Amino acid sequence: MDKLTWFYFPARLAWRQLMFDRSKLVAAICGVLFACVLVFMQLGFKDSLYASAASAPVKLSGDLFLMHKQSEAMWRPIQFKRSELMRVLGNPAVAEAYPLYLGLAPFKNIKTQVKRTLMVYGFDPDSLIFNVDEIRNKRDELRLKDTVLFDEYSRPEFGPMRSLLETGRNVTEINDYKVNIVGLFRLGVSFAADGNVVTSDLNFMRIFPRRNLSEIDMGVIKLHPGAPIQQVEAELKNQLNEFVNIFSYEELLKYEKDYWANTAPIGFIFGFGTVMGWVVGLVIVYQILFTDIANHRNEFATLKAMGYEHGYFVRLVFASAFFLAVLGFIPGYVLSLGLYHLAESQMYMPMPMLWSKMITVFLFILSMCVMAGLLAIRKLKDANPADMF
Amino acid sequence: MSTVIDVEHLNFSFGSGALTQPVLKDITLSIRKGEIVLITGPSGSGKTTFLTIIGGLRQAFHGSVKVLDQQFINSSEQVKVSVRQQIGYIFQQHNLLKSLTALQNVSMTLEMSNGLTEQQRRDRSAEALIAVGLGDRLDYKPGQLSGGQLQRVSIARALVGQPKIILADEPTASLDKQSGYEAVSLLKRLAKESQTAILLVTHDYRILDIADRVVELEDGVIKSV
Repeated sequence: MDKLTWFYFPARLAWRQLMFDRSKLVAAICGVLFACVLVFMQLGFKDSLYASAASAPVKLSGDLFLMHKQSEAMWRPIQFKRSELMRVLGNPAVAEAYPLYLGLAPFKNIKTQVKRTLMVYGFDPDSLIFNVDEIRNKRDELRLKDTVLFDEYSRPEFGPMRSLLETGRNVTEINDYKVNIVGLFRLGVSFAADGNVVTSDLNFMRIFPRRNLSEIDMGVIKLHPGAPIQQVEAELKNQLNEFVNIFSYEELLKYEKDYWANTAPIGFIFGFGTVMGWVVGLVIVYQILFTDIANHRNEFATLKAMGYEHGYFVRLVFASAFFLAVLGFIPGYVLSLGLYHLAESQMYMPMPMLWSKMITVFLFILSMCVMAGLLAIRKLKDANPADMF
Repeated sequence: MSTVIDVEHLNFSFGSGALTQPVLKDITLSIRKGEIVLITGPSGSGKTTFLTIIGGLRQAFHGSVKVLDQQFINSSEQVKVSVRQQIGYIFQQHNLLKSLTALQNVSMTLEMSNGLTEQQRRDRSAEALIAVGLGDRLDYKPGQLSGGQLQRVSIARALVGQPKIILADEPTASLDKQSGYEAVSLLKRLAKESQTAILLVTHDYRILDIADRVVELEDGVIKSV
């Protein structure tokens, strides 16, 4: 038998048998589809988590960043002295250094009066450390007393801010302190905070009366154009006290991502969910392949009597597994695409359907079906042609 | 080669030790090319076991079983598989693949052998089905055919590979008298045309007259030839 027919014939028979019993085929496809959607959603949430965790640092414009060594992540920072940040100005490559103040505080929904926690960023409006045009253009307004900008991508529970602002209702409370919302910008929510607000460093101290300007949460350092970032980072690491971490932009993103992936149990939870989806799908596909072999036992035994070898049936089972993987993946992909869209539009979570994710999930589903096939082929031993007479 | 099956002093038993149950005792039988041999006998006489040993489906250890010049006693699975591909089988139940049409079922025999195109396989399978009188049922699935028609499809399936031997186990058991007789007459006619030997196990006495030779088996011993 040549190579083509070696696989083509059993695959064709597998296909014909699958197509013959449509109701069982639909049940099998539903099983694979279920696993497929489960894995897609788990991976989607996980990636979304990482993407949104990094949404704030992504929009920061700086070359190097300073954080306290005890800070686990940006959303739960430990303060350190502003003077520590200012020491970096001693390095000739450093152009500017700005403090960033961070705090979680309850924000009162203007319409419903319900309070919900969001993230407040305080910084010198002239420092331009946020790479967001809406923030940069509003720096004059931010200099005024008790003014804030609100993140339009915050969760809807904070109120329909755009329409409220249009009707002139722009006064609310953050941390029980009355503020005016003077504009909107777009950043995005993370798992730590459902919304974001930016304000000036002075207003930040008014919202958080126990904080003071000399205790900062993060330092943003800008170098002169063309300065060697890695070399300056190494130099600063030697000059600074050991209680601060100095990160480049990429290192900061990785630090934030690793926190959610490893330190927080969330990365594990989604990983676990993915594995459970795999296992559930495996059991369903295994059951289907197993009963399929049991139902075709006489037919297989007949073919064996006629001279078909064991390998033919192994290929047949794997071909069935492959067809189920493909047939289940296609509707699973379409359904997941819809759910991703729903999550993006309703939950404001970034969930892009990437090629890499599509291929990952397909390989995942394929491995699941192949594994189910491996488990099911033991059942082929039951097809004994001597019992046919 | 005039002898296609040559059995000498075949002994076979099920079980081991104290539970050993002898099934076949000192069987000697040879079948020539194109010969039609019927094996009859009461239930439990060992005739089906004999057929499975000849068909290479059961391993025997004592005596000599030569099928198409291959020794089956203590042989490897590979030898038996290659001989099985040259044997046509007809079962008590038709054992057709439910998901395939009559034509596709018959083609299954040809898919094992090299060198045929898809079109040649279709043509030869269609010819075989026309020969058994089912030219108008090529694309019917087993669920749409009657018992007699199904058995004729399995005759076509057994014959299409032009085997040297056909082994049949109670081919008329699930058929009424007339369609049973028609099926075996058809089998006989087609086998004679192609010089195929037939070894047929039955206890249906209505079809004894198609045989060149009737062998009666009782308690594992050949009683009369």
